[in-house]
Amino acid sequence: MGLFILRRSAVMLLTALCLTFIVFALTNLYPNLEKLAKTQGNFRMSDEAVASWLDGNGYSQPTPVKYGQWLGVLPGWTLETDDGIKGRCISGLVTAEAAADAPRFCGILQGDWGYSTRFKKDVGSIIETRLGNTGFLMMWVLILMVPSALILGILAGMREGSVLDRSLSTVSIATTATPEYVSGVIFIAIFTSSTVGLKWFKGTATAAMETPTFENFFLPVLTIALYGMGYIARMTRASMTEVMTAQYIRTARLKGVSFPNIVVKHALRNALIAPFTVILLQIPWLLNGVVIVESLFNYKGFGWALVEAAGNNDIELLLAISVVSVVVVLLTQLISDIGYVFLNPRIRIS
Amino acid sequence: MEALTWTGSVAFLNPILIVAVGLLAISVAAWVATSLFTAGARPVTGADGTITLAGNPTAIVGLGVRMAFVATSAVILAYIVLGLAMGTSAGIVGGISQQFTPVWISLVALFALSLGFKRKLGLYGKLFDSPIGMIGFGIVMFWVFTAIFASLDMIATHDALSQVSGMKNKVPGTPLRGASEGDYQWYLLGGDNLARDVFSRMVKGSTEVLKYAPLATLFAFMVGITLGLPAGYFGGRLDTFLSFLANLILAFPVILLFYLLVTPEIVETGLPQYMAVVLFSFPLIFSGVLLHSRFKTQPSKNLTYLAIVLVPLFLLYMSLINSAGSKIDFWPLDFFEIPGGVLVVFVSVVFVNSPTVFRIVRGLALDIKTRDYVAAAQTRGESTWYIMLWEILPNVRGPLIVDFCLRIGYTIILLGTLGFFGLGLPPESPDWGSTINDGRKLLSIYLHPALPPAFALMSLVLGLNLLADGLREESLKD
Repeated sequence: MGLFILRRSAVMLLTALCLTFIVFALTNLYPNLEKLAKTQGNFRMSDEAVASWLDGNGYSQPTPVKYGQWLGVLPGWTLETDDGIKGRCISGLVTAEAAADAPRFCGILQGDWGYSTRFKKDVGSIIETRLGNTGFLMMWVLILMVPSALILGILAGMREGSVLDRSLSTVSIATTATPEYVSGVIFIAIFTSSTVGLKWFKGTATAAMETPTFENFFLPVLTIALYGMGYIARMTRASMTEVMTAQYIRTARLKGVSFPNIVVKHALRNALIAPFTVILLQIPWLLNGVVIVESLFNYKGFGWALVEAAGNNDIELLLAISVVSVVVVLLTQLISDIGYVFLNPRIRIS
Repeated sequence: MEALTWTGSVAFLNPILIVAVGLLAISVAAWVATSLFTAGARPVTGADGTITLAGNPTAIVGLGVRMAFVATSAVILAYIVLGLAMGTSAGIVGGISQQFTPVWISLVALFALSLGFKRKLGLYGKLFDSPIGMIGFGIVMFWVFTAIFASLDMIATHDALSQVSGMKNKVPGTPLRGASEGDYQWYLLGGDNLARDVFSRMVKGSTEVLKYAPLATLFAFMVGITLGLPAGYFGGRLDTFLSFLANLILAFPVILLFYLLVTPEIVETGLPQYMAVVLFSFPLIFSGVLLHSRFKTQPSKNLTYLAIVLVPLFLLYMSLINSAGSKIDFWPLDFFEIPGGVLVVFVSVVFVNSPTVFRIVRGLALDIKTRDYVAAAQTRGESTWYIMLWEILPNVRGPLIVDFCLRIGYTIILLGTLGFFGLGLPPESPDWGSTINDGRKLLSIYLHPALPPAFALMSLVLGLNLLADGLREESLKD
């Protein structure tokens, strides 16, 4: 088991390195840097001005070197100008003495996530607040989605082919066929617009960052939860129907155990092993929904930061975002594998 | 010209429809409730030894559901048929129904033919045994026919791009201002914020969506199959490496990947073209290996077939990756131009989809390679590619066809996501994602520009899902 976790962690690290390098390389392609220079400087910069801006801010070094600096395995760049010294690890222009005091390495290994060119703030603090907002959203999504999906799946799966099964399966197919940007738009149209006139909810969730209420927070939560729910429900149904045909369920029936008792006491525990994995693996998928819903409802979380950073080629913020999302993806995979072993004693990890 | 109401002179059908739908809802609820709390139908042995199913509340309510369903369908059919005959005097519904005339005719013909010959049509014919599959197929074919006829300029009432002054954000059924003799006199589903016809844009959007999504899915399948079969069959280092690559791509948040790939700056570097060079070569490799592994013992036949298939494919491939004035521009026979934006959308959708297909094919190959017929082929001394492509692949077609349907739906959702974020496709493009994105900005005041494309996208994806479900059910039966 220890060896397994160790090996998985090594693969995880390798994946994270490859992925961040790809993001790094793509954001550091010359046209992207040129765009960055023009948004940071001014839009009518000549080619020479762009080149000198890039030189002055350390962007014209070779990509692997820059990547090493971002990681913190290579010393950060410094540049001597007439007015003083500036560099990756130094904020602003300083004198030679102050520059000598500054740390040589400043990458994520040293805990320095860099500086966001879009928000003019430390990436670390941006990620912290945005992730907090999204975490809150995700928590409510999971609280709404998981129980309802499980109930839907169990009710559908306990009598395969029955009326209940057919109707609930159709419902779950319908929810998987409705992406967030469709259901979100429909919900906003029905529940918030003045044309329909229901006005039960608020069309934006901006206020929910400070004071989340049912009125301003329910629609975004529902929109994400619905799309993810159908898939989990279908997997739960499949697992439940399989368990219901098992020998020990037949034995229980023949002993005369009542049907509700069979479902709750005998079948449920075994039927919930497979959905556990599905739910965990669904979390990274929810991230997509989060990006869409946060832009749709104007809720300034992680997904909103992603859109802003990508739209403005904010390299270090984008990298931090991809690190976080890769860690989320790989961590959920790891937890689902380990949890599966604990839940199902028939599985052994060698 | 007067503004159209929703149902015009067939408004007498509205109360009937409300009653029918209400009855349907009530009976379905009762049906579910009775099936929860009562036992199912139980067989009763009669005195003469025959077995009958004893009637119970569920069966009675079930009959009610069926009748309510038939009634609802009949009313809806009445709207369509009356609309077809009466046109806009039956209101907006009638006008829309009349515009879709070629689609209705094709659908009826297709269903009549398919139902007539369903026993001779294999899996496709069996689809018509499953009501769910039939409904799904109906919805999908509705949009396919719409896309085909729209591209022939038959359904749309106006040009999808032209703006008519005074029609900005007008509600559905507004008469066209300053319409001349030959013009269609109304904006059936209203005008959007640039005064374009919402109905025509939705109809034209189906062409856009159905032009890219199935083709992109097909390419993703070619890539996934060509890499997944050897990974599953050989295993070992190759498998480890390819699986690592697939997991790497899958670990990317899709939207981040889109934002990184689908920007004008990236198109400028030529990266999507290089990716296209790699990804679009897979159909060539796939069909080449497929034919060669089968016919290599008959050299003359082999050469003919390879030439027939590979030469056109090669010309297509070269025209696809070459584009005048871009990074790759060396091929003189460039038959058509793909705009950079469309190419990059296409490439990134294929790129995102192929790892999942790869994983499915790899898993299936791992399972099938232990079968006896594979061992028999190995004993006969067949080449490994023959075994993979002609022994394993045909035997995993069931799950692959089902996944293909689901994946087209997913690709449509991905394309919509791209449109929703305004990435890739030109901003005036009528595809559904972009139209939803346009419409959502004024959603709290004007509903009509955003809702038709939203419902269109939802119904098409739902149809594909139902079709996949029906296919799965029917293919499991034998």
